[in-house]
Amino acid sequence: MSSISLALKDSRTMARRNLLRMRRYPSMTVLLVGMPILFLLLFVYVFGGTLGAGLPGGGGIGADGRAAYLDYVTPAIVVMAAAAAAQGTAISVAMDMTEGIVARFRTMAISPGSVLAGHVLGSVVQSLLAMGALLLVAVGLGYRPGASALGWLALVGLLTLMALALTWLSVALGLVSDSVETASNLPMFLVFLPFLGSGFVPTDSMPGPLAWFAEHQPFTPIIETLRTLLSGTAVDGATAAAAVAWSAGITVVGYLWARKLYRRER
Amino acid sequence: MSHPRPPAIELTGLRKSFGDRVVLDGIDLAVPAGSVLALLGPNGAGKTTTVNILSTLMRADGGRAAVAGHDVAADPFAVRSSIGVTGQFSAVDGLLTVRENLRLMADLLRLDRATGQARAAALSERFDLLPYAAKPAATLSGGMRRKLDLAMTLMGRPSVVFLDEPTTGLDPRSRRDLWDIVRSLVADGATILLTTQYLEEADALADTVAVLDGGRIVAQGTPAELKRRIPGGAIHLHLPDAAGLDAAARAFPDGVRHDETSTYSLPAADGIPGLRRMLDRLAEHDVPASGLEVTSPDLDDVFLALTEPGRVAADDTRKAAR
Repeated sequence: MSSISLALKDSRTMARRNLLRMRRYPSMTVLLVGMPILFLLLFVYVFGGTLGAGLPGGGGIGADGRAAYLDYVTPAIVVMAAAAAAQGTAISVAMDMTEGIVARFRTMAISPGSVLAGHVLGSVVQSLLAMGALLLVAVGLGYRPGASALGWLALVGLLTLMALALTWLSVALGLVSDSVETASNLPMFLVFLPFLGSGFVPTDSMPGPLAWFAEHQPFTPIIETLRTLLSGTAVDGATAAAAVAWSAGITVVGYLWARKLYRRER
Repeated sequence: MSHPRPPAIELTGLRKSFGDRVVLDGIDLAVPAGSVLALLGPNGAGKTTTVNILSTLMRADGGRAAVAGHDVAADPFAVRSSIGVTGQFSAVDGLLTVRENLRLMADLLRLDRATGQARAAALSERFDLLPYAAKPAATLSGGMRRKLDLAMTLMGRPSVVFLDEPTTGLDPRSRRDLWDIVRSLVADGATILLTTQYLEEADALADTVAVLDGGRIVAQGTPAELKRRIPGGAIHLHLPDAAGLDAAARAFPDGVRHDETSTYSLPAADGIPGLRRMLDRLAEHDVPASGLEVTSPDLDDVFLALTEPGRVAADDTRKAAR
């Protein structure tokens, strides 16, 4: 077998291990999937009636506003679900590092990258399932995506790329943490960052510097692209390119950082 | 059988520092294939660092280390395929069951399904793990978890096995079980390097004991050789009654009386002539001894005699270095 096929086989073994661990420790998965769903309910039923009325072209206060806001906020909460799953990744990487099992892996004749690759593969799968579950709940609440077949394909592609970026970044955050507690706190900013973007309210309603930040942070082009893909309207090329570039960039930085951290002696 | 085999583990001038703290200050060791070397030393002596370097977890700052004929720095991958490591901290996946942990090893070792299952079944049987096959490893007792840990290490049939304080924290029965396992590994031809703080353990298992202190090997030899190197030991006289003990006390005022066991202990005799003089004196004083027992110093005496002065010296040099 070539070294690449060995690396793939080891990574698959490690990914299976991580998926098995998620099944054995379902409370964390339930929490990470459940939290964004709660946010969706909160934003639609508590704030939606009023916030929706303030959207450009939004309906009146009450049921109309709620329906408009459900359309508007769903992509942001999908992103939030990926960020929450990333938090779980950081925790499980840190847990692994504090246990002796990783030292065992390092003394075995396996592909050195497979330990982290296994985490990433397992987490991306978990993240996609969480986002899928959230979309289903949104549909249950009355959300009607208008994406074409090609649009769905592009959507899954972008969601996978984003999940990959968030996961590699949180693998690094999990490695840089010296305890599981730190690892659960560090990626918090990823869950809050969508708020400071176009996910919940249009950025032009924000004060100057904040609006500038909101327009230039990575989640905004991602959320905007998701929103147009889901609604089936025409995608803005530059925004989509920015979304892909941010995701790819964060993936590369997260990967290189994680690899450096994993290779150091402990 | 007497054909000399090349050493399975060979260290020359191995050095390692963490910052300005010297942990290994030039270690030389050779472990013949099929033998057991016990690395004995107090906490912080450098035992775990040695194992970490040999098992490719750490790089040495200087010197050379070879395991199973492969240089650990130049060819870590080849070393890894020959070794098995059971460290001080449990290296099992607590969320996975016993069976899944063993399966994970089989997959990472790229064993085919039948071979993997056969090895897992044989090791589970040998380590009494069968009743726990479907239990998550986190729910096992310390002793059982250590056995699973070792079973996972042995899935790859390593020719060189590193055991870093394998029985620390285990109850006496689990410790004995583990000793039996180590002996059976040696019988199967494996080479073992084990670190321990328990002299009894080194005495029970090792062909060679190397005493590590302050980053240096301060003594090396068979357990018997090490015991002979230092003074100590005692002669215990067995006496029938209190009157006998009184007689012994008159003959040897420097002895220690043990009424509960009806024995009288003397410092070790100075070789055979000393023993003869002692017997003459027993006759002169009509001491009614019914038997006697000569004990050599145990490894505890060796350990204390060898490590304490060395450690003080090492601490002094470290302070001076700062």
